[in-house]
Amino acid sequence: MSIKGKAYIMGAYEHPLRDAPDTSTPQLHMECALGALADAGLSKDDVDGYFCAGDAPGFGGLSMIDYMGLKNVRHMDSTETGGSSYIVHVGHAAQAIAAGKCQVALITLAGRPRHGGARPGGSMRGPAAAPGALSDGPPEAGFENIYGGSTHNTYGMCAMRHMYEHGTTSEQLAWIKVAASHHAQWNEHAFLKDVVTVEQVVNSRMISDPLHLLDCCVVTDGGGALIVTSPEIARTLKRPKVKIIGAGEAPKSPLGGQGLDLTYSGAVWSGPRAFAEAGVKPADIKYASIYDSFTITVLMQIEDLGFCEKGQGGRFVSDGGLISGVGKLPFNTDGGGLCNNHPTNRGGITKVIEAVRQLRGEAHPKVQVKNCDLAIAHGTGGSLGTRHASATVVLEREA
Amino acid sequence: MSETQDRPALMTRPIPAPAVSVETKPFWDAAAEGRFLIKRCVACGKAHWYPRAYCPFCDGGETVWEESPGEGVIYTYSVMHRSPSGPYAIGYVTLDEGPAVLTNFVGVAPDGLAIGMRVKVQFQPTEGGPPVPVFAPV
Repeated sequence: MSIKGKAYIMGAYEHPLRDAPDTSTPQLHMECALGALADAGLSKDDVDGYFCAGDAPGFGGLSMIDYMGLKNVRHMDSTETGGSSYIVHVGHAAQAIAAGKCQVALITLAGRPRHGGARPGGSMRGPAAAPGALSDGPPEAGFENIYGGSTHNTYGMCAMRHMYEHGTTSEQLAWIKVAASHHAQWNEHAFLKDVVTVEQVVNSRMISDPLHLLDCCVVTDGGGALIVTSPEIARTLKRPKVKIIGAGEAPKSPLGGQGLDLTYSGAVWSGPRAFAEAGVKPADIKYASIYDSFTITVLMQIEDLGFCEKGQGGRFVSDGGLISGVGKLPFNTDGGGLCNNHPTNRGGITKVIEAVRQLRGEAHPKVQVKNCDLAIAHGTGGSLGTRHASATVVLEREA
Repeated sequence: MSETQDRPALMTRPIPAPAVSVETKPFWDAAAEGRFLIKRCVACGKAHWYPRAYCPFCDGGETVWEESPGEGVIYTYSVMHRSPSGPYAIGYVTLDEGPAVLTNFVGVAPDGLAIGMRVKVQFQPTEGGPPVPVFAPV
Protein backbone atom coordinates (compact mmCIF):
# COMPACT_ATOMS: atom_id res chain seq x y z
CA MET A 1 0.00 0.00 0.00
CA SER A 2 1.14 3.51 -0.78
CA ILE A 3 -0.28 6.90 0.17
CA LYS A 4 -0.20 7.93 -3.49
CA GLY A 5 -3.52 9.52 -4.34
CA LYS A 6 -5.11 8.55 -1.03
CA ALA A 7 -5.35 12.00 0.54
CA TYR A 8 -5.80 15.68 -0.42
CA ILE A 9 -4.93 19.04 1.19
CA MET A 10 -8.25 20.89 1.08
CA GLY A 11 -7.76 23.74 3.55
CA ALA A 12 -4.84 26.07 4.26
CA TYR A 13 -4.53 29.23 6.33
CA GLU A 14 -1.61 31.46 7.31
CA HIS A 15 -2.23 33.69 10.31
CA PRO A 16 -2.00 37.38 9.31
CA LEU A 17 -0.20 38.49 12.50
CA ARG A 18 3.57 38.80 12.67
CA ASP A 19 3.55 40.35 16.12
CA ALA A 20 0.96 39.07 18.60
CA PRO A 21 1.20 40.91 21.91
CA ASP A 22 -2.46 40.36 22.76
CA THR A 23 -3.13 36.83 21.52
CA SER A 24 -2.11 33.70 23.43
CA THR A 25 -0.44 30.78 21.69
CA PRO A 26 -3.48 28.50 22.18
CA GLN A 27 -5.62 31.26 20.70
CA LEU A 28 -3.31 31.49 17.67
CA HIS A 29 -3.63 27.70 17.18
CA MET A 30 -7.41 28.06 17.35
CA GLU A 31 -7.51 30.97 14.91
CA CYS A 32 -5.33 29.02 12.48
CA ALA A 33 -7.55 25.96 12.84
CA LEU A 34 -10.71 28.00 12.25
CA GLY A 35 -9.09 29.69 9.26
CA ALA A 36 -8.11 26.41 7.62
CA LEU A 37 -11.50 24.86 8.34
CA ALA A 38 -13.29 27.87 6.87
CA ASP A 39 -11.04 27.70 3.81
CA ALA A 40 -11.97 24.05 3.34
CA GLY A 41 -15.65 24.65 4.06
CA LEU A 42 -15.59 22.25 7.00
CA SER A 43 -16.52 22.63 10.67
CA LYS A 44 -14.73 21.69 13.87
CA ASP A 45 -16.91 18.63 14.36
CA ASP A 46 -15.68 17.23 11.04
CA VAL A 47 -12.14 16.96 12.41
CA ASP A 48 -11.31 13.40 13.45
CA GLY A 49 -7.52 13.59 13.24
CA TYR A 50 -5.32 16.12 15.06
CA PHE A 51 -1.62 16.70 14.42
CA CYS A 52 0.66 19.07 16.32
CA ALA A 53 4.29 19.36 17.37
CA GLY A 54 6.14 20.79 20.34
CA ASP A 55 4.90 24.35 19.78
CA ALA A 56 1.41 23.28 20.90
CA PRO A 57 1.21 24.07 24.62
CA GLY A 58 0.45 21.19 26.92
CA PHE A 59 0.70 17.47 26.67
CA GLY A 60 0.94 15.74 23.31
CA GLY A 61 -2.00 17.48 21.68
CA LEU A 62 -4.40 16.70 24.53
CA SER A 63 -4.41 20.27 25.85
CA MET A 64 -5.12 21.70 22.40
CA ILE A 65 -7.86 19.16 21.64
CA ASP A 66 -9.49 20.16 24.93
CA TYR A 67 -8.96 23.90 24.38
CA MET A 68 -10.33 23.90 20.85
CA GLY A 69 -13.20 21.59 21.71
CA LEU A 70 -12.41 18.88 19.16
CA LYS A 71 -14.81 16.20 20.30
CA ASN A 72 -14.57 13.69 17.44
CA VAL A 73 -10.83 13.02 17.30
CA ARG A 74 -9.96 9.37 16.73
CA HIS A 75 -6.39 9.78 15.51
CA MET A 76 -3.61 11.83 17.13
CA ASP A 77 0.01 12.47 16.24
CA SER A 78 2.44 14.79 18.02
CA THR A 79 5.62 13.78 16.23
CA GLU A 80 8.23 16.45 16.97
CA THR A 81 11.04 17.02 14.49
CA GLY A 82 11.43 20.78 14.86
CA GLY A 83 10.52 22.92 11.86
CA SER A 84 9.93 19.96 9.57
CA SER A 85 7.28 18.50 11.91
CA TYR A 86 4.35 19.79 9.86
CA ILE A 87 5.63 18.24 6.64
CA VAL A 88 6.11 14.97 8.51
CA HIS A 89 2.52 15.44 9.69
CA VAL A 90 1.22 15.76 6.13
CA GLY A 91 2.79 12.40 5.33
CA HIS A 92 1.51 10.85 8.54
CA ALA A 93 -1.97 12.28 7.93
CA ALA A 94 -2.02 10.71 4.47
CA GLN A 95 -1.01 7.36 6.01
CA ALA A 96 -3.74 7.63 8.62
CA ILE A 97 -6.34 8.54 6.02
CA ALA A 98 -5.19 5.75 3.67
CA ALA A 99 -5.52 3.30 6.58
CA GLY A 100 -9.01 4.53 7.44
CA LYS A 101 -7.92 5.93 10.82
CA CYS A 102 -9.32 9.39 10.09
CA GLN A 103 -10.92 11.36 7.26
CA VAL A 104 -10.31 15.00 8.18
CA ALA A 105 -6.90 15.76 9.68
CA LEU A 106 -6.13 19.14 11.23
CA ILE A 107 -2.48 20.22 11.49
CA THR A 108 -1.69 23.38 13.48
CA LEU A 109 1.40 25.42 14.30
CA ALA A 110 1.55 28.64 16.33
CA GLY A 111 3.79 30.51 18.74
CA ARG A 112 4.90 33.92 20.04
CA PRO A 113 8.68 34.09 20.29
CA ARG A 114 8.52 37.92 20.21
CA HIS A 115 6.56 37.84 23.46
CA GLY A 116 8.39 35.23 25.48
CA GLY A 117 6.13 32.43 24.36
CA ALA A 118 6.91 29.01 25.72
CA ARG A 119 9.65 27.21 23.80
CA PRO A 120 8.49 24.12 21.91
CA GLY A 121 8.99 20.92 23.82
CA GLY A 122 8.14 22.42 27.20
CA SER A 123 6.78 20.11 29.85
CA MET A 124 3.15 19.66 30.76
CA ARG A 125 3.71 21.16 34.16
CA GLY A 126 6.09 23.85 33.05
CA PRO A 127 6.88 26.56 35.52
CA ALA A 128 4.69 29.61 35.70
CA ALA A 129 6.23 32.80 34.41
CA ALA A 130 8.14 35.03 36.80
CA PRO A 131 5.84 36.67 39.37
CA GLY A 132 3.82 39.36 37.69
CA ALA A 133 4.83 38.36 34.15
CA LEU A 134 2.38 36.94 31.66
CA SER A 135 2.71 33.25 30.88
CA ASP A 136 2.05 31.46 27.60
CA GLY A 137 1.93 27.81 28.60
CA PRO A 138 -0.80 25.20 28.51
CA PRO A 139 -4.15 27.00 28.43
CA GLU A 140 -5.48 25.13 31.46
CA ALA A 141 -2.39 25.74 33.57
CA GLY A 142 -3.53 28.73 35.63
CA PHE A 143 -6.81 27.02 36.39
CA GLU A 144 -5.63 23.52 37.23
CA ASN A 145 -1.96 23.12 38.17
CA ILE A 146 -2.29 25.34 41.21
CA TYR A 147 -4.67 23.00 43.04
CA GLY A 148 -2.23 20.25 43.91
CA GLY A 149 -3.58 17.79 41.38
CA SER A 150 -1.61 14.56 41.12
CA THR A 151 -2.37 11.20 39.60
CA HIS A 152 -3.41 9.94 43.04
CA ASN A 153 -6.03 12.55 43.78
CA THR A 154 -7.35 13.06 40.26
CA TYR A 155 -7.94 9.29 39.96
CA GLY A 156 -9.30 9.42 43.51
CA MET A 157 -11.92 11.88 42.23
CA CYS A 158 -12.96 9.35 39.57
CA ALA A 159 -13.21 6.55 42.13
CA MET A 160 -15.25 8.75 44.46
CA ARG A 161 -17.76 9.57 41.72
CA HIS A 162 -17.91 5.96 40.51
CA MET A 163 -18.72 4.82 44.06
CA TYR A 164 -21.40 7.53 44.32
CA GLU A 165 -23.11 6.63 41.06
CA HIS A 166 -22.68 2.85 41.01
CA GLY A 167 -22.16 1.75 44.60
CA THR A 168 -18.66 0.50 43.87
CA THR A 169 -16.79 -0.35 47.11
CA SER A 170 -13.20 -0.23 48.30
CA GLU A 171 -13.36 -4.01 48.76
CA GLN A 172 -14.28 -4.46 45.10
CA LEU A 173 -11.40 -2.24 44.02
CA ALA A 174 -9.11 -4.22 46.32
CA TRP A 175 -9.87 -7.40 44.40
CA ILE A 176 -8.01 -5.91 41.42
CA LYS A 177 -4.83 -5.56 43.48
CA VAL A 178 -5.36 -9.03 44.95
CA ALA A 179 -5.55 -10.52 41.45
CA ALA A 180 -2.40 -8.67 40.35
CA SER A 181 -0.54 -9.93 43.41
CA HIS A 182 -1.59 -13.52 42.72
CA HIS A 183 0.05 -13.15 39.31
CA ALA A 184 3.12 -11.26 40.53
CA GLN A 185 4.12 -14.02 42.96
CA TRP A 186 5.28 -16.08 39.95
CA ASN A 187 7.25 -13.23 38.33
CA GLU A 188 10.82 -13.31 39.58
CA HIS A 189 11.36 -9.71 38.45
CA ALA A 190 8.20 -8.29 40.04
CA PHE A 191 8.77 -5.28 42.29
CA LEU A 192 6.18 -6.64 44.76
CA LYS A 193 5.91 -10.43 44.92
CA ASP A 194 3.81 -10.94 48.04
CA VAL A 195 0.22 -12.09 47.67
CA VAL A 196 -2.09 -9.63 49.41
CA THR A 197 -5.66 -9.92 50.69
CA VAL A 198 -8.65 -7.62 50.34
CA GLU A 199 -8.25 -6.77 54.03
CA GLN A 200 -4.64 -5.76 53.56
CA VAL A 201 -5.57 -3.45 50.69
CA VAL A 202 -8.45 -1.69 52.42
CA ASN A 203 -6.46 -1.40 55.66
CA SER A 204 -3.39 0.06 53.97
CA ARG A 205 -2.69 3.76 54.49
CA MET A 206 -5.11 6.17 52.80
CA ILE A 207 -3.31 8.12 50.09
CA SER A 208 -6.13 10.12 48.51
CA ASP A 209 -9.76 9.22 49.25
CA PRO A 210 -10.87 6.59 48.42
CA LEU A 211 -7.56 5.18 47.13
CA HIS A 212 -5.29 3.41 49.63
CA LEU A 213 -1.58 2.78 49.27
CA LEU A 214 -2.24 -0.67 47.81
CA ASP A 215 -4.69 0.76 45.27
CA CYS A 216 -1.70 2.51 43.67
CA CYS A 217 0.82 1.15 41.18
CA VAL A 218 4.50 0.80 41.93
CA VAL A 219 7.11 3.39 40.96
CA THR A 220 9.94 1.65 39.10
CA ASP A 221 12.92 2.37 36.92
CA GLY A 222 13.50 0.35 33.80
CA GLY A 223 11.86 0.18 30.41
CA GLY A 224 10.89 -1.99 27.46
CA ALA A 225 10.94 -2.13 23.68
CA LEU A 226 8.98 -3.70 20.85
CA ILE A 227 9.74 -4.66 17.26
CA VAL A 228 6.90 -4.40 14.74
CA THR A 229 7.57 -5.82 11.26
CA SER A 230 5.93 -6.32 7.91
CA PRO A 231 4.34 -9.74 7.21
CA GLU A 232 7.21 -10.48 4.83
CA ILE A 233 9.85 -9.98 7.52
CA ALA A 234 7.75 -11.79 10.12
CA ARG A 235 7.71 -14.89 7.94
CA THR A 236 11.50 -15.01 7.91
CA LEU A 237 11.86 -14.88 11.69
CA LYS A 238 11.81 -17.80 14.12
CA ARG A 239 9.60 -16.35 16.85
CA PRO A 240 5.83 -17.07 17.16
CA LYS A 241 3.87 -14.53 15.17
CA VAL A 242 1.68 -12.03 17.03
CA LYS A 243 -0.51 -10.28 14.49
CA ILE A 244 -1.89 -6.79 15.07
CA ILE A 245 -5.50 -6.97 13.94
CA GLY A 246 -7.08 -3.86 15.38
CA ALA A 247 -6.17 -0.55 16.95
CA GLY A 248 -8.20 2.33 18.30
CA GLU A 249 -7.39 5.55 20.09
CA ALA A 250 -9.36 8.41 21.62
CA PRO A 251 -8.75 11.51 23.70
CA LYS A 252 -11.15 12.49 26.47
CA SER A 253 -11.12 15.82 28.25
CA PRO A 254 -13.48 18.21 30.06
CA LEU A 255 -14.02 20.06 26.72
CA GLY A 256 -15.30 23.19 28.40
CA GLY A 257 -16.73 21.49 31.47
CA GLN A 258 -20.39 21.10 30.46
CA GLY A 259 -21.66 17.62 31.27
CA LEU A 260 -18.43 16.49 32.92
CA ASP A 261 -18.56 12.73 33.55
CA LEU A 262 -15.58 11.14 35.28
CA THR A 263 -17.11 7.67 35.52
CA TYR A 264 -15.91 6.63 32.07
CA SER A 265 -12.72 6.91 30.03
CA GLY A 266 -11.78 7.26 26.35
CA ALA A 267 -11.86 3.45 26.22
CA VAL A 268 -15.57 3.76 25.36
CA TRP A 269 -14.35 4.92 21.93
CA SER A 270 -10.91 3.34 21.51
CA GLY A 271 -12.17 -0.13 22.45
CA PRO A 272 -15.04 -0.39 19.96
CA ARG A 273 -12.80 1.04 17.19
CA ALA A 274 -10.17 -1.63 17.84
CA PHE A 275 -12.71 -4.44 18.17
CA ALA A 276 -14.48 -3.35 14.99
CA GLU A 277 -11.28 -3.29 12.96
CA ALA A 278 -10.34 -6.72 14.33
CA GLY A 279 -13.83 -8.10 13.75
CA VAL A 280 -14.04 -9.51 17.27
CA LYS A 281 -16.12 -8.92 20.41
CA PRO A 282 -14.96 -8.39 24.01
CA ALA A 283 -16.33 -11.84 24.85
CA ASP A 284 -13.87 -13.38 22.36
CA ILE A 285 -10.82 -12.06 24.25
CA LYS A 286 -8.82 -14.73 26.13
CA TYR A 287 -6.38 -12.41 27.89
CA ALA A 288 -6.41 -8.66 28.62
CA SER A 289 -3.55 -6.35 29.54
CA ILE A 290 -5.36 -3.44 31.18
CA TYR A 291 -3.54 -0.29 32.30
CA ASP A 292 -3.42 -0.33 36.08
CA SER A 293 -2.02 2.92 37.41
CA PHE A 294 -4.64 2.47 40.13
CA THR A 295 -7.28 -0.13 40.85
CA ILE A 296 -10.00 2.28 39.71
CA THR A 297 -8.24 2.63 36.32
CA VAL A 298 -8.77 -1.09 35.70
CA LEU A 299 -12.35 -1.10 36.88
CA MET A 300 -13.43 1.80 34.67
CA GLN A 301 -11.63 0.48 31.60
CA ILE A 302 -13.07 -3.03 31.94
CA GLU A 303 -16.53 -1.47 31.88
CA ASP A 304 -15.68 0.92 29.07
CA LEU A 305 -14.19 -1.81 26.88
CA GLY A 306 -17.43 -3.77 27.16
CA PHE A 307 -16.31 -6.70 29.31
CA CYS A 308 -19.27 -5.84 31.55
CA GLU A 309 -22.00 -3.23 31.81
CA LYS A 310 -21.16 0.26 33.10
CA GLY A 311 -21.43 0.16 36.88
CA GLN A 312 -21.00 -3.62 37.10
CA GLY A 313 -17.19 -3.53 37.21
CA GLY A 314 -17.11 -4.00 40.97
CA ARG A 315 -19.03 -7.25 40.76
CA PHE A 316 -17.03 -8.38 37.72
CA VAL A 317 -13.64 -8.09 39.45
CA SER A 318 -14.74 -9.50 42.83
CA ASP A 319 -13.94 -13.01 44.04
CA GLY A 320 -10.97 -13.43 41.72
CA GLY A 321 -12.73 -12.38 38.52
CA LEU A 322 -9.39 -11.25 37.05
CA ILE A 323 -7.17 -14.10 38.31
CA SER A 324 -5.78 -16.40 35.62
CA GLY A 325 -7.29 -19.87 35.87
CA VAL A 326 -9.97 -18.63 38.27
CA GLY A 327 -11.86 -15.70 36.81
CA LYS A 328 -13.69 -14.73 33.63
CA LEU A 329 -11.01 -12.35 32.37
CA PRO A 330 -7.34 -13.13 33.12
CA PHE A 331 -5.59 -9.76 33.30
CA ASN A 332 -2.03 -8.48 33.79
CA THR A 333 -0.51 -11.89 34.40
CA ASP A 334 2.95 -10.33 34.91
CA GLY A 335 1.59 -8.62 38.03
CA GLY A 336 0.90 -5.42 36.10
CA GLY A 337 1.74 -1.94 37.23
CA LEU A 338 0.13 -2.64 40.58
CA CYS A 339 2.80 -5.22 41.52
CA ASN A 340 5.33 -5.86 38.79
CA ASN A 341 6.48 -2.79 36.92
CA HIS A 342 5.47 0.72 35.87
CA PRO A 343 8.70 1.93 34.29
CA THR A 344 9.16 5.70 34.47
CA ASN A 345 5.46 6.03 35.33
CA ARG A 346 4.43 4.86 31.86
CA GLY A 347 2.89 1.42 31.77
CA GLY A 348 1.78 1.09 28.16
CA ILE A 349 4.71 -0.89 26.84
CA THR A 350 4.65 -3.53 29.58
CA LYS A 351 0.98 -4.07 28.76
CA VAL A 352 1.88 -5.01 25.19
CA ILE A 353 4.85 -7.13 26.31
CA GLU A 354 2.79 -9.37 28.61
CA ALA A 355 0.10 -9.76 25.92
CA VAL A 356 2.84 -10.93 23.53
CA ARG A 357 4.08 -13.44 26.14
CA GLN A 358 0.56 -14.81 26.55
CA LEU A 359 -0.02 -15.15 22.80
CA ARG A 360 3.34 -16.86 22.36
CA GLY A 361 2.53 -19.24 25.22
CA GLU A 362 5.54 -17.90 27.07
CA ALA A 363 3.89 -16.46 30.16
CA HIS A 364 4.77 -18.15 33.46
CA PRO A 365 3.14 -21.62 33.46
CA LYS A 366 1.20 -20.75 36.62
CA VAL A 367 -0.54 -17.85 34.84
CA GLN A 368 -0.45 -18.89 31.17
CA VAL A 369 -3.95 -18.79 29.69
CA LYS A 370 -4.81 -22.02 27.88
CA ASN A 371 -5.09 -21.73 24.10
CA CYS A 372 -4.50 -17.99 24.27
CA ASP A 373 -5.01 -16.93 20.68
CA LEU A 374 -6.66 -13.52 21.09
CA ALA A 375 -5.65 -10.72 23.47
CA ILE A 376 -5.88 -6.98 23.95
CA ALA A 377 -3.51 -4.42 25.38
CA HIS A 378 -5.23 -1.27 26.57
CA GLY A 379 -3.88 1.87 28.17
CA THR A 380 -4.68 5.35 29.38
CA GLY A 381 -2.18 8.22 29.41
CA GLY A 382 -2.61 11.56 31.13
CA SER A 383 -5.24 11.60 33.86
CA LEU A 384 -8.72 10.11 33.92
CA GLY A 385 -9.63 13.04 36.17
CA THR A 386 -8.67 15.77 33.69
CA ARG A 387 -7.59 14.91 30.13
CA HIS A 388 -6.24 11.66 28.80
CA ALA A 389 -5.79 9.50 25.72
CA SER A 390 -6.97 5.90 25.60
CA ALA A 391 -5.44 3.33 23.26
CA THR A 392 -6.48 -0.24 22.50
CA VAL A 393 -4.78 -2.86 20.34
CA VAL A 394 -6.18 -6.29 19.50
CA LEU A 395 -3.54 -8.98 18.98
CA GLU A 396 -3.91 -12.45 17.53
CA ARG A 397 -1.63 -15.47 17.58
CA GLU A 398 -0.99 -16.68 14.06
CA ALA A 399 -0.43 -20.42 13.81
CA MET B 1 -12.57 25.84 73.39
CA SER B 2 -12.30 22.15 74.10
CA GLU B 3 -14.88 21.49 71.43
CA THR B 4 -12.75 23.08 68.73
CA GLN B 5 -9.67 21.19 69.91
CA ASP B 6 -11.49 17.88 69.52
CA ARG B 7 -12.64 18.60 66.01
CA PRO B 8 -10.38 17.94 63.03
CA ALA B 9 -8.68 21.02 61.66
CA LEU B 10 -10.31 22.77 58.74
CA MET B 11 -8.46 22.16 55.51
CA THR B 12 -6.28 24.80 53.96
CA ARG B 13 -3.43 24.55 51.50
CA PRO B 14 -0.86 27.09 50.31
CA ILE B 15 -1.55 27.76 46.61
CA PRO B 16 1.16 28.94 44.22
CA ALA B 17 0.67 31.93 41.95
CA PRO B 18 -1.34 30.97 38.86
CA ALA B 19 -0.03 31.30 35.30
CA VAL B 20 -1.69 34.40 33.80
CA SER B 21 -1.81 34.79 30.01
CA VAL B 22 -2.97 37.62 27.77
CA GLU B 23 -6.07 35.51 27.20
CA THR B 24 -6.94 35.10 30.88
CA LYS B 25 -5.66 38.36 32.42
CA PRO B 26 -9.17 39.87 32.80
CA PHE B 27 -10.15 36.89 34.95
CA TRP B 28 -7.25 37.43 37.31
CA ASP B 29 -7.71 41.22 37.40
CA ALA B 30 -11.30 40.61 38.52
CA ALA B 31 -10.16 37.99 41.02
CA ALA B 32 -7.94 40.63 42.61
CA GLU B 33 -11.17 42.62 43.18
CA GLY B 34 -12.97 39.56 44.59
CA ARG B 35 -15.09 39.04 41.49
CA PHE B 36 -15.49 35.59 39.88
CA LEU B 37 -15.79 35.66 36.11
CA ILE B 38 -16.76 32.96 33.65
CA LYS B 39 -16.91 33.06 29.88
CA ARG B 40 -20.00 32.65 27.74
CA CYS B 41 -20.33 32.27 23.96
CA VAL B 42 -22.21 35.06 22.19
CA ALA B 43 -23.13 32.65 19.37
CA CYS B 44 -24.46 29.55 21.16
CA GLY B 45 -25.05 31.05 24.61
CA LYS B 46 -23.26 28.31 26.55
CA ALA B 47 -20.90 29.02 29.44
CA HIS B 48 -17.64 27.11 29.65
CA TRP B 49 -14.65 26.60 31.95
CA TYR B 50 -11.63 27.17 31.98
CA PRO B 51 -12.03 30.53 30.18
CA ARG B 52 -11.16 30.66 26.48
CA ALA B 53 -11.21 33.35 23.79
CA TYR B 54 -13.30 31.10 21.53
CA CYS B 55 -16.16 28.79 22.44
CA PRO B 56 -15.15 25.13 22.71
CA PHE B 57 -18.71 23.98 21.97
CA CYS B 58 -19.58 25.66 18.70
CA ASP B 59 -17.51 26.61 15.67
CA GLY B 60 -15.34 29.15 17.37
CA GLY B 61 -17.93 31.65 18.54
CA GLU B 62 -16.49 34.66 20.35
CA THR B 63 -16.89 34.69 24.09
CA VAL B 64 -17.56 37.39 26.66
CA TRP B 65 -16.80 37.64 30.36
CA GLU B 66 -19.65 37.64 32.82
CA GLU B 67 -19.66 37.86 36.59
CA SER B 68 -20.85 34.71 38.35
CA PRO B 69 -21.99 34.28 41.95
CA GLY B 70 -19.64 31.28 41.94
CA GLU B 71 -22.15 28.87 43.43
CA GLY B 72 -22.72 25.24 42.67
CA VAL B 73 -22.53 21.68 43.96
CA ILE B 74 -19.63 19.31 44.50
CA TYR B 75 -19.45 16.88 41.55
CA THR B 76 -16.62 14.88 43.09
CA TYR B 77 -13.61 15.31 45.37
CA SER B 78 -10.66 13.51 46.87
CA VAL B 79 -8.84 14.35 50.10
CA MET B 80 -5.11 14.02 49.57
CA HIS B 81 -3.44 12.73 52.72
CA ARG B 82 0.10 12.53 51.37
CA SER B 83 0.89 16.22 51.79
CA PRO B 84 3.48 18.08 53.86
CA SER B 85 1.02 20.89 54.56
CA GLY B 86 -1.69 18.55 55.85
CA PRO B 87 -4.67 16.98 54.07
CA TYR B 88 -6.26 18.99 51.28
CA ALA B 89 -9.25 18.44 49.05
CA ILE B 90 -9.25 18.68 45.27
CA GLY B 91 -12.42 18.27 43.27
CA TYR B 92 -14.87 19.61 40.74
CA VAL B 93 -17.74 22.01 41.38
CA THR B 94 -20.60 22.04 38.91
CA LEU B 95 -21.45 25.73 38.73
CA ASP B 96 -25.12 26.72 38.56
CA GLU B 97 -24.28 28.05 35.06
CA GLY B 98 -23.30 24.51 33.99
CA PRO B 99 -19.52 24.14 33.67
CA ALA B 100 -17.44 22.04 36.03
CA VAL B 101 -14.55 23.81 37.75
CA LEU B 102 -11.47 22.10 39.20
CA THR B 103 -10.64 23.57 42.60
CA ASN B 104 -9.64 23.08 46.22
CA PHE B 105 -12.27 22.87 48.93
CA VAL B 106 -11.42 24.86 52.06
CA GLY B 107 -12.93 25.78 55.39
CA VAL B 108 -14.16 22.24 55.97
CA ALA B 109 -12.78 19.22 57.83
CA PRO B 110 -11.31 16.36 55.75
CA ASP B 111 -14.34 14.19 56.53
CA GLY B 112 -16.83 17.02 56.04
CA LEU B 113 -17.26 16.89 52.27
CA ALA B 114 -19.93 15.11 50.25
CA ILE B 115 -20.90 14.88 46.60
CA GLY B 116 -23.88 17.14 46.01
CA MET B 117 -22.95 19.59 48.79
CA ARG B 118 -23.55 23.25 47.92
CA VAL B 119 -20.44 25.39 47.83
CA LYS B 120 -19.54 28.97 47.00
CA VAL B 121 -16.41 30.57 45.66
CA GLN B 122 -13.98 32.57 47.75
CA PHE B 123 -10.55 33.87 46.87
CA GLN B 124 -7.35 32.70 48.48
CA PRO B 125 -4.20 34.85 48.34
CA THR B 126 -1.12 33.46 46.60
CA GLU B 127 2.56 34.29 46.90
CA GLY B 128 3.40 36.92 44.28
CA GLY B 129 0.32 36.42 42.15
CA PRO B 130 -3.40 37.18 42.05
CA PRO B 131 -5.76 35.42 44.47
CA VAL B 132 -7.24 32.18 43.17
CA PRO B 133 -10.77 30.77 43.40
CA VAL B 134 -11.39 28.06 45.98
CA PHE B 135 -14.75 26.82 47.23
CA ALA B 136 -16.24 26.36 50.68
CA PRO B 137 -19.53 24.87 51.86
CA VAL B 138 -22.30 27.45 52.19
